[in-house]
Amino acid sequence: MNNTSPLLSVRNLKTYFNLDEGTVKAVDGVSFDVLPGQVLGIVGESGCGKSVTIKSLLRIVEKPGEIVGGEMLFRSGSAAGPGPNGQAGEDMIDLARLDARGKQMRSIRGGEIALIPQEPMAAFSPVHTVGNQLIEAILLHQPVGKQEARRIAIDRLREVGVPAPEERIDAYSWELSGGLRQRVMIAMALSCHPKLLIADEPTTAIDVTTQAQVLNLLRVLQQQHHTAIIFITHDLGVIAQIADHVVVMYLGRVMETGPVDDIFHHPKHPYTKALLQSIPSVQAQARTQLPTIAGTIPHPFNRPPGCSFNPRCPDAIPGACDQHIPALHPVDDPQPVSCFLYHDMVDEEVAVR
Amino acid sequence: MSTAKTSPALPQVEEAVPVVALPDLGREAEAIYVAPNWKLVWWRFKKHRLALISGVIIIFIATIALVPDFYSTLPPQESDAIRSFVPPQRPRFFGPNGEFMYVYEVTGQRNPTTLMMEWVADEAKIAPIKFFTPGYEYEIFGVIETDIHLVGLDNSAGVQKFHLLGTDRLGRDQWSRLMAGTQVSLSIGLVSVLLSIILGVLLGGISGYFGGWIDMIIQRIIELLQSLPPIPIWMALTAALPRNWSVEQVYFAITIILSLIGWTTLGREVRGRFLSLREEDFVVAARLVGASQARVIFRHMVPTFSSHIIAASTLAIPVMIINETFLSFLGLGMRPPAISWGVLLHEAQNLQSIALAPWLLIPGLAVIITVLTLNILGDGLRDAADPYS
Amino acid sequence: MNSNAPNGQVLLDVKHLQKYFPIRKGFFKRVVGHVRAVDDVSFDIKAGETLGLVGESGCGKTTTARCILRALKPTGGQVLFRTEADRLVDMATLPGEELRPLRREMQMIFQDPFASLNPRMNLLDIVGEPLLVNGLKDRRRRTERVAEVLGLVGLRPEYMRRFPHAFSGGQRQRIVIARALALNPRLIVADEPVSALDVSVQAQVLNLMLELQQRLHLTYLFVAHDLSVVKHIADRVAVMYVGKIAEIAPTPDLFGTPKHPYTAALLSAVPVADPRVRSTQPPLSGDVPSPANPPNGCYFHPRCPHVIDRCRTEAPVLTEISPGHYVSCHRAHELELPGIGELPAADLGD
Repeated sequence: MNNTSPLLSVRNLKTYFNLDEGTVKAVDGVSFDVLPGQVLGIVGESGCGKSVTIKSLLRIVEKPGEIVGGEMLFRSGSAAGPGPNGQAGEDMIDLARLDARGKQMRSIRGGEIALIPQEPMAAFSPVHTVGNQLIEAILLHQPVGKQEARRIAIDRLREVGVPAPEERIDAYSWELSGGLRQRVMIAMALSCHPKLLIADEPTTAIDVTTQAQVLNLLRVLQQQHHTAIIFITHDLGVIAQIADHVVVMYLGRVMETGPVDDIFHHPKHPYTKALLQSIPSVQAQARTQLPTIAGTIPHPFNRPPGCSFNPRCPDAIPGACDQHIPALHPVDDPQPVSCFLYHDMVDEEVAVR
Repeated sequence: MSTAKTSPALPQVEEAVPVVALPDLGREAEAIYVAPNWKLVWWRFKKHRLALISGVIIIFIATIALVPDFYSTLPPQESDAIRSFVPPQRPRFFGPNGEFMYVYEVTGQRNPTTLMMEWVADEAKIAPIKFFTPGYEYEIFGVIETDIHLVGLDNSAGVQKFHLLGTDRLGRDQWSRLMAGTQVSLSIGLVSVLLSIILGVLLGGISGYFGGWIDMIIQRIIELLQSLPPIPIWMALTAALPRNWSVEQVYFAITIILSLIGWTTLGREVRGRFLSLREEDFVVAARLVGASQARVIFRHMVPTFSSHIIAASTLAIPVMIINETFLSFLGLGMRPPAISWGVLLHEAQNLQSIALAPWLLIPGLAVIITVLTLNILGDGLRDAADPYS
Repeated sequence: MNSNAPNGQVLLDVKHLQKYFPIRKGFFKRVVGHVRAVDDVSFDIKAGETLGLVGESGCGKTTTARCILRALKPTGGQVLFRTEADRLVDMATLPGEELRPLRREMQMIFQDPFASLNPRMNLLDIVGEPLLVNGLKDRRRRTERVAEVLGLVGLRPEYMRRFPHAFSGGQRQRIVIARALALNPRLIVADEPVSALDVSVQAQVLNLMLELQQRLHLTYLFVAHDLSVVKHIADRVAVMYVGKIAEIAPTPDLFGTPKHPYTAALLSAVPVADPRVRSTQPPLSGDVPSPANPPNGCYFHPRCPHVIDRCRTEAPVLTEISPGHYVSCHRAHELELPGIGELPAADLGD
């Protein structure tokens, strides 16, 4: 497998929700790549569409939402599906074209692409032991018997640092502390050696010291298993600590993407700059006023015309930014940005608004 | 402390604090922003077509219950020994002499073998019927005297009576009895639910708000009442009612008996709501600004679940209607000369009736329609009021 | 202008506060133990300053905040408050009728902007309720005051007729602040007021709070779990762990030279928004103990990298090791713990 060709390539993904009151364009033309073994951080505030993006990846978007455009090319081991050109022998499957409940998607989901959800408590069944659920996941994706699956499960628990795993495997989720639950969640996600791990705000609901443990664990495991990770969060500090590559989203579109150091030290997009300046930091001087981003995040029904950030942008160009939507450009650049301050390519696919 | 609250003299507000501008979406959005909760519920409810239709049907049935005599054609208690077991006379339209609506008069013959009257429609005799015709006298709400009915015979044809739903063994008009029965059945359902609400909110609220041993005692009472099998209890209680009580006395006794066990479900729900609401931030906030307990309960807690109670009650009414119908059907609830759907069905309870006069079972249809529409309405209300539960 | 204590005088003095919740088991609900949510907490706040109260889940900071306002009744200890009339009252033991008039001098800001506003009341009713309940029955004057307070937090008076569902999280939090300000309180207890808000909105609300403090001479008790937020708003910080105070110090001292190993661990665990600064220290091991069953001796000893025998048996006492800097650790004098240095403000982001 070529290490510079992407494991996952999302191109112009569009997921819309058709409500009575109107259509919410939750994801409106999002593109990014994930390389094998890379940690991609997706950062954005509420309404930016990061959750809907990963739900689209896993094909678990609930009605009335549906994927209306774009493609999600994934280098799957079960490559018997249509490649982007319909050629035989191509490894890439378009996840958008698979039947969401079909066999192939189900084998990918949990097997090759695993999810660590946000709330560890909500993801566990209160009437099954964690061992039950772990073994179930293993049996679903690997051709082993029950005894063997149990052995594998205990190994996984040990690997994520659960003390006395032979006993803990028979515990119920509510008997475990928040940190332990998250570890078991990680063990479940990694139990089938996925190529891609999606972590949906896995540290939002836990304490900061536990968060440090979990981030450390993820880093170690990621290096050991060479798993790619898509890490969703709104916490820029966490992104800085764990991501190799960053995608900044706002109101359903990618504003900027690039290597983590460039994004934090040489941000291009005005939104990225303003966001970085407005976060409180332990390194700042005490009791200083924070620079803020003027205005508030618009309601999804009230998208501004043109670039969605333009009403709040200190550098908006009247006549351009409020009329046309900038494309993510240049595509082969390591740090493309959706902003007319850097280029004047208009996004053709969403140009009509 | 002094009640004269003088505002402190603040320095002039320079726009140091940026004034937060909300999007001005025009008048339509503004209407949503200033809409109190009941309006939001109503808008959500309107989208539910089926519930809306059910609501209209229920309103119509309610008007029957309010003024049943208006819809009746003959006095419900009037019997006519000759005209027994007359089958329903179907209204037909556009008669030969230009009438809009008419029925065929029936002629009866006594069958020599069974000695029963057999009725045959006589197509020669046409009896036109019209809307808003005078008929027997009655009082609206016991106050206003009138004699106008919704439908009635046009006296020109010389026909005295017609029966839209036939007659029973004693020759009493079933349609009129059905109308009269609507009033009793529906009102018993409503009144017993009202009593249940009062008991449930009161006791459930006390239980949930104060907690401690009051809560424990009331909960144990609720559990006791809920563990009693309702049907034998009702049967025992109603059988214990003295036979010489008047219709009205029996009526009130039945409503009280039905609500005595019915309040427990609502009481539990109210208690649960109070318990969780007690710790809600906005309730704590109200206490912290100094609101009295009464204000916290009635201004903050009760309105929050009032829409839920309305929805739950609407769903409880059909249960009560079925309960009363069932008891009366067994002969244990309302008794003749009172008229309710259950009483009507009680009189249809023998094989002879079913074989010879199946139209006597139509009150069952009335029960089905009412219960169905009330359930749909209640579901719609609940979805509109509490979309997340 | 608040006719309050001249700046520098102690406004709130908490002494040995305790709040235990009984654990009941069995049919008769016998008490089998206690959850020691707040276990001997002492600190003071001077008029006009902000004290940050930080800690992780289960440390008791929210319970402490609620005990101070008497939303909960403390099990023990004193909460001495200097009233407007310059009397020192113990809020913890005050009977109900005397408590009500004092309520208007201290108010609370809550964490969840969606749960702290009654969805059935419009802004005029919500912000006007404190006024109505405390005797301002004249509707016109109430409306004027509500408009004034809404203007203070940056909301237009026309929004008085709107209901909470018309506003976003950050705007709702402003409404919550407006309600707290309606009665001109002197002390505001803020229980994680920005934790539920988006990053860009956090900054706006924090700025607003700083601004209001200056303008109205408010005193804040700011409860938070996020150290970066606390750094921006607090003059002094108190760190809590399983119901006890581990350390209290002025903000630059706490962040720069922490003296308690837990504080140091907390500081090093905060992810810095700079990829060039990746922590090399191993994270703190173990889990936070349950306040129903805390360890013997120093509560932190099972996880402490600097533990000695004495820590396992003897609980440390909060002592002052330098002016204004209090620690609860047996080894405070000898430990050199890493803190977080300050960078000049312009280094990040460009």
